[in-house]
Amino acid sequence: MSEARERILKRLRANRPAASPAPDAYQKPLGWDRERRIAAFSERMQAVRGEVHRVARDAWTDWLARELPARGLRQVLVGNGAVGDQLAERAPDGIALRRYDQPVEAWKASLFDDVDVAITAARAGLAESGTLVLWPDAAEPRLMSLVPPVHIALLDVGRLHENFAAAIAVENWADGMPTNALLISGPSKTADIEQTLAYGIHGPKQLITLLLD
Amino acid sequence: MSTPADQTEAFHQRIDEALHNDQLRRNFRSALTGIMARRAEQFPDDAQLQALRDQARAVRANSLVRQPELLEQLETKLTGNGIQVHWAESPEQANAIIHTILDAAGAKTVVKGKSMVSEETELNHFLERRGIEVIESDLGEYIIQLAEEPPSHIVAPAIHKNRVEVAELFRRFHPEIPYTEDIDTLTQSARQILRNRFANADAGISGVNFAVAETGTLCLVENEGNGRLSTTAPRLHIAITGVEKVVEKLSDVPPLLEILTKSATGQPITTYFNMISRPRQPGELDGPEAVHLVLLDNGRSRIRVDEELLDTLRCIRCGACINHCPVYVQLGGHAYGTVYPGPIGLALEPQRVGIDKVGTLTSACTMCGACGEVCPVRIPLPKLINRLRAEAVDGQRSDAGLPGHGSLRKSGEAVTWRVWRQLYASPRLYRLFTWAATRLRALTPPRLGAWTRYRSAPKPASRPLRELVRQEGFRHE
Repeated sequence: MSEARERILKRLRANRPAASPAPDAYQKPLGWDRERRIAAFSERMQAVRGEVHRVARDAWTDWLARELPARGLRQVLVGNGAVGDQLAERAPDGIALRRYDQPVEAWKASLFDDVDVAITAARAGLAESGTLVLWPDAAEPRLMSLVPPVHIALLDVGRLHENFAAAIAVENWADGMPTNALLISGPSKTADIEQTLAYGIHGPKQLITLLLD
Repeated sequence: MSTPADQTEAFHQRIDEALHNDQLRRNFRSALTGIMARRAEQFPDDAQLQALRDQARAVRANSLVRQPELLEQLETKLTGNGIQVHWAESPEQANAIIHTILDAAGAKTVVKGKSMVSEETELNHFLERRGIEVIESDLGEYIIQLAEEPPSHIVAPAIHKNRVEVAELFRRFHPEIPYTEDIDTLTQSARQILRNRFANADAGISGVNFAVAETGTLCLVENEGNGRLSTTAPRLHIAITGVEKVVEKLSDVPPLLEILTKSATGQPITTYFNMISRPRQPGELDGPEAVHLVLLDNGRSRIRVDEELLDTLRCIRCGACINHCPVYVQLGGHAYGTVYPGPIGLALEPQRVGIDKVGTLTSACTMCGACGEVCPVRIPLPKLINRLRAEAVDGQRSDAGLPGHGSLRKSGEAVTWRVWRQLYASPRLYRLFTWAATRLRALTPPRLGAWTRYRSAPKPASRPLRELVRQEGFRHE
């Protein structure tokens, strides 16, 4: 279909609309300090039914050891990275820890049916919109934050940006995008029936952020 | 072959049906009232809103000016990233490309994320006729797929259905699920029904909200996770989008995303913003092994030629113009009979499909201006609609090359307006006309066709204002 390509481009090149002023570089600095960013992130995330807990940096495995059994989450999926390793070291009793260590095709049905919760790291957070930034990779694949009914994300408070524009600029995303980058703001939801909000449609029904401090 | 008169009659009939469907009108009124209020809450500061609109407008306008270069850059970047790019001039070409890709992969079942461009090409029917099962996975799209209806709104496709109607559809197609009208329970049922589909589909098809030339990235905006599942769980992902969706830089995306979600549904951000730049890489354990992008023209490059009509292509498909349209709220989306309803439909569809086919749509506008005021990228919709009304009845040749230009011109109407113009341009003729009209007012016909179906006939006053003013002693007119 390269003929189509040539014809479309030819038509587009045949005229150049009057130049419109190039957009200014978009920045929206809010001047929020650390506490303000944490407060905004938590408030926005909770407004869309995301859970947020502030946990000491070395105590998140304790939090999970306590909360996973209490919430009846037994089939726990972790990746091949540091999060999985640390949790494996002190897996709580009564928990079956599963590693995402083979291509999804080898265990797709089980991923969709058997896993109760997946635990991943978050690359960053966006305070203004209450958003987790994930760059899934070989260690923590894409479907972890999507298929299991509960997703728990670990976010270092030091990685809370004010907003999306700031994250892109500060982390220089344009220099190299990953296979998949995600902004996640709350559990999956829909308003397709009578514009009435309902949570837990296709993605996770619960999204829990552990803010590590 | 339908004539312009058939077109008008069919449109009027659909309007009549919509206006007499009380349930439909209640569904739309209640849904749209809520959406408008939620949007307004997202923009408490008007100065900030106007600045954001300026930014979004500039980003989109700049990308249209530089479109050929940006598309080539996008193609180079995507190809370098391992995403295959295809170009289609027409819906038929786009469908054929997609079918060929699916066929080569041996794909028999497809899960689809929401895509209005695929509605333009009627992709589902095309694939189904060729033995490929296509499941719409957005809840609203799934509902209307069961009902065998097209979307009635570009963002909320099933907005015309209430919970009882949805419950009836689920009872009919999924009798194994206990009947319920509870929205949370219906939502959970849909989750269960579609989960297997995601796990087992051979391919996923999606639209694209923004395609970033700088990095070769396809961006998708959604709340449900069905878009992510369609683009991640199957081994093959095909995205389809219009050529106008390209933007230059990654830093162009944040302002567009913010104003899109706030304008569309009154959300500060959607649950998911999904940025795809590559297929699965060596060592990665999921994601599609092959990703394709189909770039569809379908009239867009022609629209871009006209400096005024070009503004139509800035659209980011938020639907705010539709939500605020006093005509749409009464009629709903199906009455328009086009892929895109409401003000953006009035502006886009006659250009895309042809004035001779859907030009009558432009009459479904009160010129109230609400659409232009809420448009996040400042598309002057009332001006465009007015321009298309003129194009539809213009007797001259047009530079814009719009299909069906002048096809709604009626000689009687043209003569009437010519006479009117003469009258109003000449004070002497005008005085003579008003003198005669007032003296002969008794002869005004009591019935004036469609006008007097719901209204009384206008009757001239007994004396023109000019004469009354003189009688009162005013001399300076």
